Amino acid sequence: MLHLALFLIFGVIAVAGAINLVAQTHPINSALSLVVVMAALAAEYLLLGAEFLAAIQVIVYAGAIMVLFVFTIMLLNAGAEEHTRGSKVALIIGVPGLIVGSVTVAWALIHAHTGAEVPVGSLYGSAQDIGHLLFRDFLLPFEITSVLILIAIMGAVVLARRES
Amino acid sequence: MILWLIPILPLVGAAINGLFGRRFSNRTVSAIGLLFPGLAMLYTWWIAAQFFPNPSTIIQTYGLPWIKVGSFTVEYGFQLDQLSMLMALIVTGVGFLIHVYSVGYMAHEGGYYRFFSYLNLFMFFMLTLVLANNYLLMFVGWEGVGLASYLLIGFYFLRDSASAAGKKAFIVNRIGDFGFLIALFLIIQHFGTVNFGEVFAKANGMPVETAGAGLLTAIGLLFLLGATGKSAQIPLYVWLPDAMEGPTPVSALIHAATMVTAGVYMISRSNVIFNHAPIALSAVAVIGCATAFFAATIGLVQHDIKRVLAYSTVSQLGYMVMACGVAAYSAGMFHLMTHAFFKALLFLGAGSVIHALGGEQDMRKMGGLRRYIPVTFWTMTAATLAISGFPGFSGFFSKDEILFRAYVHGPNGWILWLIGLITAFLTAFYMFRLWFLTFFGEYRGGTGHDQHAGREEHHGHAPHESPKVMLIPLVILAILSVIGGWVGISKAMGGSNHFEHYLAPIFEHEEAAPESAALAPQVEPSSTMELKLSIDATLAALAGIGLAWFFYYKRRDLPEKMATSLHGLYVLLENKYFVDEFYGAAIVKPLILGSTYLLWKGIDVGVIDRTVNDSADAARDVSRGFRQMQSGNIRSYAGWVAAGAAAVVVFMIWKGTR
Amino acid sequence: MVPISYYLVLSAILFALGVLGFLIKRNIITIFMSIELMLNAVNLSFVAFAAYWHALSGQVFVFFVMVVAAAEAAVGLAIIIAVFRTRQTLNPDRVNLLKL
Repeated sequence: MLHLALFLIFGVIAVAGAINLVAQTHPINSALSLVVVMAALAAEYLLLGAEFLAAIQVIVYAGAIMVLFVFTIMLLNAGAEEHTRGSKVALIIGVPGLIVGSVTVAWALIHAHTGAEVPVGSLYGSAQDIGHLLFRDFLLPFEITSVLILIAIMGAVVLARRES
Repeated sequence: MILWLIPILPLVGAAINGLFGRRFSNRTVSAIGLLFPGLAMLYTWWIAAQFFPNPSTIIQTYGLPWIKVGSFTVEYGFQLDQLSMLMALIVTGVGFLIHVYSVGYMAHEGGYYRFFSYLNLFMFFMLTLVLANNYLLMFVGWEGVGLASYLLIGFYFLRDSASAAGKKAFIVNRIGDFGFLIALFLIIQHFGTVNFGEVFAKANGMPVETAGAGLLTAIGLLFLLGATGKSAQIPLYVWLPDAMEGPTPVSALIHAATMVTAGVYMISRSNVIFNHAPIALSAVAVIGCATAFFAATIGLVQHDIKRVLAYSTVSQLGYMVMACGVAAYSAGMFHLMTHAFFKALLFLGAGSVIHALGGEQDMRKMGGLRRYIPVTFWTMTAATLAISGFPGFSGFFSKDEILFRAYVHGPNGWILWLIGLITAFLTAFYMFRLWFLTFFGEYRGGTGHDQHAGREEHHGHAPHESPKVMLIPLVILAILSVIGGWVGISKAMGGSNHFEHYLAPIFEHEEAAPESAALAPQVEPSSTMELKLSIDATLAALAGIGLAWFFYYKRRDLPEKMATSLHGLYVLLENKYFVDEFYGAAIVKPLILGSTYLLWKGIDVGVIDRTVNDSADAARDVSRGFRQMQSGNIRSYAGWVAAGAAAVVVFMIWKGTR
Repeated sequence: MVPISYYLVLSAILFALGVLGFLIKRNIITIFMSIELMLNAVNLSFVAFAAYWHALSGQVFVFFVMVVAAAEAAVGLAIIIAVFRTRQTLNPDRVNLLKL
């Protein structure tokens, strides 16, 4: 019961934040809404027993990536959106596609798993367990992602450098 | 004896002169140009010397198989029998004389080597034509002489009228060749062979087609079409007068003595087929007769000396064709031989006159030339008497034979005879008109220096006699024009008609198959009748000569007055009955219009080009449609990506739930 | 006890909103943020299934997704800054030199 109530509360917060992200015109508002979404999702992770991930979500996503976004918005002095004529394609093909796609997915997922329940706390994603997996079974991807980060750093530095 | 040498020798001469002649001097070119035809002539004489005592048909075929398809074979085969021997002698003999004449006539012309090369090439093709033993090889020669004719008519190719005349000759000939080809196809289809001996043997086995038209009639009529093209009969004679654009020796050789007789030769050779197809034979006779009369009327009022001779050629060819049409093939060949002599002489003489005047061809500007060019005068007199049928000369005997045989042929033969007689009268008239206008009276041309209007450029001075190299052939031909007829003197006049007997084996069915009533002489031929008819012909000739004397010697003002009073008729004749204009409007113009609008603009541009262009345009439009996707607008890309992702997801789910 | 389908529906809703933002918004940074939203929605799905099937590798995968998202955000923002320097605009409709 409590599980369901908590799920619903944080779910509504997440959805509200997402809607706000789409609805706002100024990017800084959208950024802050996204932070709200991420926080709500961190709570959802906790409900599912993924404590390590919840922590990582808050630290990395909300704490670092969103900060980066906010810095960029401030750096570029982004203002409210202007109303420009965009492309009709996006609206005519994209939105219906979106609707069709998501409805189908939702229907399929629900249809496949009606009734099955996830007990709260049935799986503990403790840091120790995840660490075991990371450094044993998924060692190669782990190392590769470190290389990936290195590349991203170099790329970001080169791309954003002022022409001298 | 090696038959293939006879045509090949001139071919070698043509090749040498054609390939290397540009670097040779005129003397070398002449030497080569005369050597090979001369050798061919001597070789032919040598063969004749062995052939005449013992005439028999000799066929030589050469191992190289030409066409071999299933059971149908054609070889390179040459045949020597009485008929081809006669033709070979005429072609090589008269041809060689004209080559000699050309050395003098063309001495100052550009392209000297080209002329002799083409002339030798012509000899090669003509000899192939007459010596072939099957229709296909004959057709090779047939086409080849047409080609040589085109090359030689258009010899002065820088002149528009000359190249147009060459094209006209070739194209009109082509129409006739079409007939020949269809006949050839019919022969191949129904007889399975093109070899003369085999075809004639098979045709002999078929019944005479008196009841109506059949296969042999069709073949005969189609061959007739071919002959009208090559031998300048109605309706395809129109190229011959224009062919006078070529140099005079060309007119003499090709358009008088040899090429134009190919049609007559072909009909004579195919006499077996024609004898079995009376309808075709009648058509031949009618066309020949009509052409003879028609051309003679046009020749009455022409001013160009060569044009008169051209229409005269058409008319005389009409006589030969008519002779074949009444199944008097040997009479036709006889006239072919005598005509070769006197017509070649007439053309060469006319060339001599033109040469003397520095290029003038209009008779209105000639006159009184007998004092200046006596040798030419006397030789041309001989020829004019021969062509008019003056008793004793060669033309008299041959023309007489034809008229006699026409008279006794079938119930309506007298009509042919009558028209032939009138034509003989007209022939005598216009030939002597030419004679009087050219050689008698006062000289009406200017002095030499303002004579630049002529076709062949020459430095102007008073009329002068031609060099010996031109005169000797004239004299030889004049002698032949006189005595050449004596081999064919008919029994009625005291001779034994060697000519007819000589050719008899070829034309052994000349006295028609028994079933064909139409071919058998209706009126019983007798010596008295023949003599009476020849007296009629002589009277007609003398009347013509007398009238010409009256108009062009005694009362020189009369022609003008008659022209004005009969103005309409005069204009009609002078403009050759406007036949060329009629052909131009009725045939040429519609063809050109049809080709331009229907074939060119309609099909070539409209269908073919349009298909190609439209498919290219379609490809371009399709890709332009697809290119809209690459709009450069980021948000539209976003839309496409979302739609594409949705499609993939839906597809995978659908697959998964099946 | 929450049925798994509830988590999945939530994930789907968030994903759809992310796509909607991606299509509609006229500020490149906001579009980028919508992409992050999509990634988050997918993460939720992963974690839900990991709990459902008792497979921790689902969570490990989410870890990697986050790492990649971080790298991508860094490079993407650097590109946006570079484009901003030349085009002086953050509106993708104005970056249309390749337009037909």
